[in-house]
Amino acid sequence: MSRQTSRLDAKKVNSELLTLTYGALVSQMLKEIENTDDVNKQLERIGYNMGVRLIEDFLARTSSSRCLEMRETADKIQHAFRLYLNMQPTVTSWSSSGDEFSLVWDQCPLSEWVEMPSNGLKYCALIPGAIRGALQMVQLDVQCWFVQDQLKGDAITELRVKYIKRLEDAVPAGED
Amino acid sequence: MTIHNMYIFDRYGTLLYYGEWNRTKQSGMSLEEEGKLMYGMLFSIKSFVTKISPLDPKDGFMHYKTSKYTLHCLETPSGLKFVLNTDNQAQGVRDLLKKIYAEIYVKYAIRNPLCGIGEQINSELFKTKLDAFIKQTPNYAVRAS
Repeated sequence: MSRQTSRLDAKKVNSELLTLTYGALVSQMLKEIENTDDVNKQLERIGYNMGVRLIEDFLARTSSSRCLEMRETADKIQHAFRLYLNMQPTVTSWSSSGDEFSLVWDQCPLSEWVEMPSNGLKYCALIPGAIRGALQMVQLDVQCWFVQDQLKGDAITELRVKYIKRLEDAVPAGED
Repeated sequence: MTIHNMYIFDRYGTLLYYGEWNRTKQSGMSLEEEGKLMYGMLFSIKSFVTKISPLDPKDGFMHYKTSKYTLHCLETPSGLKFVLNTDNQAQGVRDLLKKIYAEIYVKYAIRNPLCGIGEQINSELFKTKLDAFIKQTPNYAVRAS
């Protein structure tokens, strides 16, 4: 199996290409959509749709099994960040019940060379969307939001992930 | 050795794909009905196996065997089910299923934006790639019934 995984990993692109493409997407959306809140929502939705597909790619690459607790999930999210964005966020600030944690990073390829207008835009809103979408496919309902953002003058970027509930297995449709 | 047919289900029980290679006996119902029956059985076996297991089940249900054929099932953490019927001599089918997942399903269905999530796969590319993949496996060989 390992030989196959290495072959899958071969396609590497320059992160600048991603950065600029994402920048172009965001600026186009800002042009087309008046309200920045709506831009945030759209970005989150795009991220969600990406996450729903990305999870399959992630599972196939890492052949990881189902998580039994949130700490495992956090490790895997960290792994996914390394895999897809080549960054290593730190997992910190666990809540006492262990169902809430933060991902902290100080450099992200998406927000490189970005200066933010102060209009409430969440530039990286794609990321929480992707996390939510991906986890939903493995039956974890989570909430995901930015607590701190470097683009808004904070020292680091902090993304909070909160476990809501476990989505149950679907029962097959009843036989009539 | 033979590969008979294959079903791919999503986690809601939708039949995403059905492929057939060496099948000499048809079930006599529509594909849709057959898919429902198959998913229902898998669902029951899965819960039966987990409930009745005297040890903590790690992988859950993986395959069953009759006098004529073996049914192999791979379930991903995202709830996709890959079901493959082979003859009883087939070896290493689990790895084969993992490869189908990683190299065919993810590559040609998930990375294809025209293939909706949770919808039937109609992509010709997917079909040809899967066919070619199955036909080059050592487990595949046409055998007259």
